[in-house]
Amino acid sequence: MPKFAVIVFPGTNCDFETVEAIKKAGGKAERVWYKESLKDFDGIVLPGGFSYADYLRAGAISARAEIMEEVKELAKDGKPVLGICNGFQILTEAKLLPGALRPNKIPRFLCKWVYLRVADTETAFTGFYKEGEVIRMPIAHAEGNYYANDLSKVRITFQYSDENGNINEESNPNGSILNIAGISNENGNVLGMMPHPERASDRWLGSEDGLKVFKSMVEYAKR
Amino acid sequence: MKYKAKIIVRLKEGLNDPEGRVIGKALKNLGYKIADLKVPKYFEVVFESENPEKDVEEMCRRLLANPVIHTYEYSIENLGE
Repeated sequence: MPKFAVIVFPGTNCDFETVEAIKKAGGKAERVWYKESLKDFDGIVLPGGFSYADYLRAGAISARAEIMEEVKELAKDGKPVLGICNGFQILTEAKLLPGALRPNKIPRFLCKWVYLRVADTETAFTGFYKEGEVIRMPIAHAEGNYYANDLSKVRITFQYSDENGNINEESNPNGSILNIAGISNENGNVLGMMPHPERASDRWLGSEDGLKVFKSMVEYAKR
Repeated sequence: MKYKAKIIVRLKEGLNDPEGRVIGKALKNLGYKIADLKVPKYFEVVFESENPEKDVEEMCRRLLANPVIHTYEYSIENLGE
């Protein structure tokens, strides 16, 4: 059974739920303090929260922590690396993913349910979805406004949409270009997403649409 | 040698600055004719170095600015031994 490290920085706060979601998806998971080592793990998850209180820029300080060098090595080896919310911000700041996450267009913290359209089912985290599938999960962020200079290098995984999968201005909560909610690297083994799949991993949470992110990741890690 | 760098990090031209927009609006409410307001970040760094230009350039590139969205400028003052 593949084993995943859920990295905890000072200020991370979605680590326990993320561990539970991975277990429910059939994997093993452990919380790993950022000063520990990542030996013997088959994949990495950078969970949500407010590491270092979002000082400087969200994710900027964590992205320069020593443990991120190990994460980069694992990513290079093709291991799955998932960044959720603050984890996505860390991955862009660490340049494991292109672009940047800017303050929301309307400068306030957004905490609500959104619909997403699955744009890419070929990544390590979306194998269980169908292309064009519309899924529902919550967002909770102040800096989720995705921006990139060169979109040709961006592999889009999830886009904010309405419940019918239409991608338009009204369904864009934060001003992200092309309604981008999640992207992957070229190989599809590193993914960052602003919505919280772990908060949509059981019926009693309101949706279990996010569970397939973890199921796909566990399945991918078995290969 | 000890140096003091004064560093300003700005959003690139054309990127909107939500914080600046809100502060600008508040100034408008106070009766000022605000056309634009931006909120750059300002850093003062006291450090020791053999090569201060190179070090400050690197500090900006590696951490203080995000090259995707920022430009930066700085001045360096020699504080002596």
